[in-house]
Amino acid sequence: MKPFKKFTSRVVPLDRANVDTDAIIPKQFLKSIRRSGFGPYLFDEWRYLDRGEPDMDCSHRPLNPEFVLNLPCYAGARILLVRKNFGCGSSREHAPWALEDYGFRAIIAPSFADIFYNNCFKNGILPIVLDEATVDRLFSEAGPGFELTVDLESQTVATPFGETFHFDVDASRKHRLLNGLDDIGLTLQHADAIRAYEAARRKSAPWLFAVP
Amino acid sequence: MSGKTLYDKLWDDHVVHVDADGSCLIYIDRHLIHEVTSPQAFEGLRMAGRVPWRVDANLAVADHNVPTADRDRGIADPVSRLQVETLDKNCADFGITEFAMDDVRQGIVHVIGPEQGATLPGMTIVCGDSHTSTHGAFGALAFGIGTSEVEHVLATQCLVQRKAKNMLVRVQGKLAPGVTAKDLVLAVIARIGTAGGTGYTIEFAGEAIRGLSMEGRMTVCNMAIEAGARAGLVAVDEVTLDYLEGRPFAPAGALWERAVEAWKDLHSDPDAVFDKVVEIDAASIKPQVTWGTSPEQVVAVDAEVPDPATEADPVRRESMERALQYMDLLPGTPIGAIRVDRVFIGSCTNARIEDLRAAAEVVRGHKRAASVKQALVVPGSGLVKRQAEQEGLDKVFLEAGFEWRDPGCSMCLAMNADRLEPGERCASTSNRNFEGRQGYGGRTHLVSPAMAAAAAIHGHFVDITERGRA
Repeated sequence: MKPFKKFTSRVVPLDRANVDTDAIIPKQFLKSIRRSGFGPYLFDEWRYLDRGEPDMDCSHRPLNPEFVLNLPCYAGARILLVRKNFGCGSSREHAPWALEDYGFRAIIAPSFADIFYNNCFKNGILPIVLDEATVDRLFSEAGPGFELTVDLESQTVATPFGETFHFDVDASRKHRLLNGLDDIGLTLQHADAIRAYEAARRKSAPWLFAVP
Repeated sequence: MSGKTLYDKLWDDHVVHVDADGSCLIYIDRHLIHEVTSPQAFEGLRMAGRVPWRVDANLAVADHNVPTADRDRGIADPVSRLQVETLDKNCADFGITEFAMDDVRQGIVHVIGPEQGATLPGMTIVCGDSHTSTHGAFGALAFGIGTSEVEHVLATQCLVQRKAKNMLVRVQGKLAPGVTAKDLVLAVIARIGTAGGTGYTIEFAGEAIRGLSMEGRMTVCNMAIEAGARAGLVAVDEVTLDYLEGRPFAPAGALWERAVEAWKDLHSDPDAVFDKVVEIDAASIKPQVTWGTSPEQVVAVDAEVPDPATEADPVRRESMERALQYMDLLPGTPIGAIRVDRVFIGSCTNARIEDLRAAAEVVRGHKRAASVKQALVVPGSGLVKRQAEQEGLDKVFLEAGFEWRDPGCSMCLAMNADRLEPGERCASTSNRNFEGRQGYGGRTHLVSPAMAAAAAIHGHFVDITERGRA
């Protein structure tokens, strides 16, 4: 995973609450055994006017001209602005894979679903929780040309007018994202503790280790 | 100091290491694997030159992509087939137990875990699937994870987690006849919303929960995630033990006795403090039908489709308007006037033997309405299917013009060939009514098995409790 750097980008305002992971990446694309290539199918049912299928060449598909992601003024945006409970539903990590592959690096919402929130950090995406009133304001300002600067180091989102909003993030998640660290490698530094726990558990609760 | 909640006890039992910022390394006792969320995890494991930490903690099954008809012909869709073959290969390569497509024990991962006794009280159980919350019905801490975490569990037998908050949903009193666990959990979601449980583990308690069978408790915990909670819990009691004793993966003999002794502590202490408590009166719950595209958009069967104009919150109003447009419904329409094109009885929510019995009871002696194109019955596992056939339920369904299929996730999410066509409306016993969930442009109404069966016979929703009296 690449280290997460401070960046400034356009902002796509997707004005919907409870956006579920089925909407972010529909089920037919989950048949892939790869981790990449989901970007063209991000929000497939909202983005295109036809029915998407795996491995389709999306460059010739009819676009839904009203869907915000298709507006030329938001091309190249790396920040997605959404409403509450973003990423609810299925645990599919294909959702952050699709968002990341499309180019998004940060998502701003009043709240996220737990599993999705967790999955974002594993894929170099920063989910930012700001209060409802702030998100409301950002929605009213986020038009063509509007940009925000995301700085994980200082835990701030800054507007072009010099206004900054602070956000919270776990210290360990921040550290891993900033340094692009491999979770598994870090956990394996505790291998002895895991073995010790396991040995004790085998004695205290042996039925958990029984094999039929 | 106050006592511990069940969740506190399960959590404390599994902490391997605590980081300075409070995030914890949690040991995982059982890892369930299916074909959709695991291929990239195995690939990652291989690329890093790693092997599974504890092979015997894993149990795998293909369920999302499997066909529910003509299974001996294999999987027609090459992309689906490759995904299932990839699971077969990964399990073979690493020595992981897998119930293959032709094994009678094959079925939906959240049905087979409990059925095999691979789900036990006091365990931590994870799976790359949000409905892993189902297993919490056994007093186990069970939750869905992403694929990166699947790889993490394979490699380390642990997960990095932060402890959630405690919520208690207490359902007092008794459910009315014909009102089921499904209606109960939909009523809970109606009350707290799809984000109401975000950041919490929900323990379900109270007389109505105690009165449920294990099947019913699984239905309730299954949909905890639809209330935003990664995990749902029910305390261990005699019902739990009766269900588990003698199952293949459950301990036997002296080990069983020892386990039962330990499991007696798997309940919240009387003086435990919850961060949030929700009280619900079971007697007030009627059969539920969702009308929108989120599980919280649900009303009682004798109600009407709500009017967005009466909603003060602009974001909610906008969601309601969008949902009504997608569902092609008008405000004020009586739920009983909604006609359905297809009926789906199945999924990890409602495909256990008790669900099939409840549906068959309604169907017995009746015929599918001519206006209903298809009524699918998809058992949760090969063993559920066999049990149902021994009870003659398959004949009840077939004689009524329903289809009797092989086990799998099927039309809950339409990754296999079972799906809605654009514009079709379905009475479904599954868990999600999201746009396109059961097929591109398809419209889903979530209901209990008995309500789905009744809709298949009448061609529209009917109040199963009224029907019973007639």
